[in-house]
Amino acid sequence: MIGGTMEEAQKKPLIGIVDNDNGVFSSITKNVTKSMAEVIYDESGEKVDEGLEILKEKGGTALFLMPENFTYNILNNISAVIHVYWIMKGAGIMDMVSSDVVENIMYQINQKISEILIEKGKMNSSFVLSPIKKEETTIFKGKEMEGISPSTIGNILSSQSTTVPIIMMIIIIMAGGMVISSMGMEKENKTLETLLTLPVRRSSIVFGKIVGSAIVGLIMAIVYMIGFSYYINSFQQSMEINLAGYGISLNFFDYVLIGISVFFSLLSALSLCMVLGTFAKNYKSAQTLTVPVSILAIIPMFIIMFKDFDTLPFTLKIILFAIPFSHPMMAMRSLLFKNYFIVIAGILYVAIFAFILIMIAVWVFKTDKLITGRIKSPRKFFMRR
Amino acid sequence: MNAIEVNNLVKRYGKIEAVKGISFKVKEGEIFGLIGPNGAGKTTTLRIVATLLQITEGEVKIFEYDLKKDADEIRKIISYLPEDAGAYKNLTGREYLRFIAGFFDGEEIVEKGIKIADLGRRIDDKIETYSKGMTRRLLVARALMNSPKLAILDEPTTGLDVINAQEIRKIIQKIAKDGTTVLLSSHNMLEIEFLCDRIALINEGKIIEEGNPEELKRKYSARNIEEVFTEVVS
Repeated sequence: MIGGTMEEAQKKPLIGIVDNDNGVFSSITKNVTKSMAEVIYDESGEKVDEGLEILKEKGGTALFLMPENFTYNILNNISAVIHVYWIMKGAGIMDMVSSDVVENIMYQINQKISEILIEKGKMNSSFVLSPIKKEETTIFKGKEMEGISPSTIGNILSSQSTTVPIIMMIIIIMAGGMVISSMGMEKENKTLETLLTLPVRRSSIVFGKIVGSAIVGLIMAIVYMIGFSYYINSFQQSMEINLAGYGISLNFFDYVLIGISVFFSLLSALSLCMVLGTFAKNYKSAQTLTVPVSILAIIPMFIIMFKDFDTLPFTLKIILFAIPFSHPMMAMRSLLFKNYFIVIAGILYVAIFAFILIMIAVWVFKTDKLITGRIKSPRKFFMRR
Repeated sequence: MNAIEVNNLVKRYGKIEAVKGISFKVKEGEIFGLIGPNGAGKTTTLRIVATLLQITEGEVKIFEYDLKKDADEIRKIISYLPEDAGAYKNLTGREYLRFIAGFFDGEEIVEKGIKIADLGRRIDDKIETYSKGMTRRLLVARALMNSPKLAILDEPTTGLDVINAQEIRKIIQKIAKDGTTVLLSSHNMLEIEFLCDRIALINEGKIIEEGNPEELKRKYSARNIEEVFTEVVS
């Protein structure tokens, strides 16, 4: 991931330019841009939409629009405006790298023009030090947001892309640990044999253990979510930017979907823990069995922190989708941009995954594997076939 | 009516054959003992009858219920006390009996359990504070309080002192008189001789002799079952 980020930072960003000025300073701006980026579109006139289409097709980062009065304003001690149309691909840390490179180009343009103005003896220092003003429009997941940069959006969304996965990871590890430990304790305290001979269906024992831990897990989730929402609200207020103003907000139905996603993900985690718990010999060995679950919770957490699902390579997309704990981690961001398909598909997948694992757990409880602890090693299993 | 019918029962753990085609019948209301050395197959047989282990080959019927098909029904009429059973240590004795009673008829049997356990005021103490003997008494009470049709007791007096062991034996005799069939195992051949109506001697997964303790002693001109066992094995 870190290597990928560095590689991304070293790549020249793909830039488009619409120059309606065709003056000295727009020409300097183009030269600086060309030295630092790969300019794949360079036109003049009413060509913004066309330029943006080409940039989207080719994976470009931004389009610079220089208006007719660009050079005139600079020559008359008035800050010139470059309108930057950002094409934001994702809100992960790695997705933000190319926009950071473009921010650096803007800085270099300002520097270059400042140097020229100083050499010419322009003495209005505040103007000379910052002759270019930037006006921004960010295009992200089909939404056009004026006056806001990708880094601002990224900062707001990154609080979700880090906090939500961390909360989910904590809940899965803690609630899952409870299930595995309860199995380890039953074996250590020698209560399992008694429990299995009582007039209660094996499936009820499995459901009882899962539901008990799921309730504790959901209470934990609610507590963490309340704390998290306070944190987000304070963060958004301090930035004086409310994404809801750009139509990026969650409605009641979205929260219901997030709740369902969390529930099924938790259920699948607990079912997996139940199956793993059958291998526990005692409380101590139960603790080590939580490791695979922790790994499965940590992997999507890191991927989602660094990259948006949409910008991931195909293989990583499949891996992320296949891990059942990824879905609530991805759900909030997907729902902010009304991408219901991935959320609903995820819920269905996780529900099926949980159902299959519960069936496996019930099957294990119905066999004597729980008592004898005899599971065929994979080698022996395949050698027989 | 037979309470238990075991026909050609085989249990294998991988390549190891723990039970090698044993057959026996236990009549309703009888106390039937399985005796034999460690690793003879006693606990495996008891665990199979208690629905914990699956049958590799053969057939087991409990009060006409087929163990392979009707395990859920069988669990309603049996009670199993494993040799090294434990209880939930964070509960008090009373809470533990209440918890188990919740799977049966409810509150009425708790009082019976408290009476069998005979732990006095300690019944309201946490199980983690109990001695081994007290825990065993509580577990015996748990196994017998619901008057099961069949009680399967694996080494019921293990870890108990002489006085406690005697009391447990009396309880087992009483519940048998009240109509419960008892299948028990023990290394303690004197205990078996004292308690059981009929016994089966088991060695290396096979039943090597079966019958009434008095008949067996006469048959082998032995003074006790221990001598019968030595005679049969040799």
